Amino acid sequence: MAVVQSKGSRWINRAAIALALAMLVVSMIPLYWIGSTAFKNRSDATTVPPTVFFSPEITPFIKLFTARVQQRGERDQAEYAAAPWWEKLVMEGGDRFIKDDKGNIESSGYVARFLNSIIIAVTSTFLAVAMGTITAYGFSRFKMPGENDWLFFILSTRMLPPVVVAIPMFLMYRAVGLVDTHIGLIILYTAFNLSFSVWLMKGFIDEIPKEYEEAALVDGYTRMEAFFKIVLPQATTGIAATAVFCFITAWNEYAFALMMTNKTAQTAPPYIPSQLGSGLTDWTVIAAGSLLFLIPVALFTFFLRAHLLRGVTFGAIRR
Amino acid sequence: MSDLAIRNLFIIPTIVFLIVFNIFPLLYSLGYSFTDYRGSMNDPVTFVGLQNYRELLADAAIWSNFTLTAKYVIVSVAGQVIVGFGAALLLNRPIPGKGLLTTLMMLPMMMCMAVVGLFWQLLYNPSWGIVNFLLGTEGMVWLSNPDVALYAVAITDIWMWSPFVMLLSLAGLSAIPPSLYEAAAIDRASRWFVFRRITLPLVAPLLLIAVIFRTMEAFKTFDIAYVMTSMDETELAAIRLYKMAFLEWQTGRSCALAYIMLLAVLAITNVYVKYLNRLKER
Repeated sequence: MAVVQSKGSRWINRAAIALALAMLVVSMIPLYWIGSTAFKNRSDATTVPPTVFFSPEITPFIKLFTARVQQRGERDQAEYAAAPWWEKLVMEGGDRFIKDDKGNIESSGYVARFLNSIIIAVTSTFLAVAMGTITAYGFSRFKMPGENDWLFFILSTRMLPPVVVAIPMFLMYRAVGLVDTHIGLIILYTAFNLSFSVWLMKGFIDEIPKEYEEAALVDGYTRMEAFFKIVLPQATTGIAATAVFCFITAWNEYAFALMMTNKTAQTAPPYIPSQLGSGLTDWTVIAAGSLLFLIPVALFTFFLRAHLLRGVTFGAIRR
Repeated sequence: MSDLAIRNLFIIPTIVFLIVFNIFPLLYSLGYSFTDYRGSMNDPVTFVGLQNYRELLADAAIWSNFTLTAKYVIVSVAGQVIVGFGAALLLNRPIPGKGLLTTLMMLPMMMCMAVVGLFWQLLYNPSWGIVNFLLGTEGMVWLSNPDVALYAVAITDIWMWSPFVMLLSLAGLSAIPPSLYEAAAIDRASRWFVFRRITLPLVAPLLLIAVIFRTMEAFKTFDIAYVMTSMDETELAAIRLYKMAFLEWQTGRSCALAYIMLLAVLAITNVYVKYLNRLKER
């Protein structure tokens, strides 16, 4: 902003920057707190006053990945001496691993939920973006009677409150046996993201000059070839941004997952909070689970930063 | 293949898919909303006409759910506009490392609402939570206090979604032509005058889009409030609906309530689309 700079406005500038930094610090405190709790000793996590300086530990993450029970009575010294360092850490915390007959440590429910989240988010993203891209191309390049009505219809499916759709979907899924299956959630998330991906991709494809394809058509390409060889390569950035947005939405989704799954296909968002009530709450493990779940999204946000505005407004605003 | 065939091949599957998985379920539940069906039992389903709607609209408890929702929407959207627009005004100047700064500030809104709600429980803990520690309000109960809980949830929502308002406001602010400010400076216009007559009117369209978007989302709020608290005082409409459908298994009645909510959301969406179209015409 090229405001004419006077002495007074320079001070205002400095004060504004200081205030903005203060806001950033305040907004980062919750994130810092979740990140630091994930590396705390269990007894440091819930102290009065809160512990700010501590020696970081990796124990919460070991606990996160493994199935454990509380050790009753004295621990077996011979077993402790023979245990690897990470098992020792858990034993020192008063727990022991649950092992199968062969002595293998069982993995915790978190691992399975995390894998479910990956499978479901990746598959539904792929489907939504693939269908969304071709549909957006169709709307962008061809005339369609009632085009705006169709686009509004597509957008409106995304605006429905998840709980409203979930009730009939649950009844239908129950009738065909799709409750608590990966396919069931994948279909739901694909439908949910499809409208978004059509709108966003239409914005990106509208920006690719029609002349490129027309030149290709003149050169003897068919329409299909022009789409795959000219338009798609031009749209790569847009496709990548759309895919990341869809992935984040599916990754973060909670309401459908809560209502449609309970074990086999359950994703991490409904699982992590449900661990609160189970036995003595170990906040360090919950923090570790939350942190691990938030990290992919945080990384993606940095990749997406140039497209954030477009993404959060369904492609309506393109600057 | 002809262009017409390609168009149909590209568009129709998506529309069919959305009809099957979004519209068909809604018709299905519209049918159930006129019955006394209970999903947990095999009782014969009887048609009861408009009884569900009549009873719901006459139920004071349901009205209180909607009143709470309205209160929540107003508090949380107003908070987001104040914080988000304020932050945008502060950031709308040359700042070293501005890109990194804004991206960091965007982080909360990209996160999973359920996980955010969960770890704010840790922050709000009365005895060892960092919120009480930083504010010096020792022992203050936030999430199990009927008077405060709704606002505590709204604060978390404000933390999470102010960046959204900030992002849109920044886009609006940076699009204002500098020549307008230069002209105002030559005319020795006061800062307040410049803000009121140049900045505000030119940002208003984008700010309004942000408000409508957030209003729609806040009205549908489920995750964050459901994870953070469980009290009558924080039972938003979407939570009531979830409980009615999946915990009490009043399937028929919950379908009717879903329709009441749906109409409200569609009304807001319609306002949004109308406004957006008018904006695009300019």
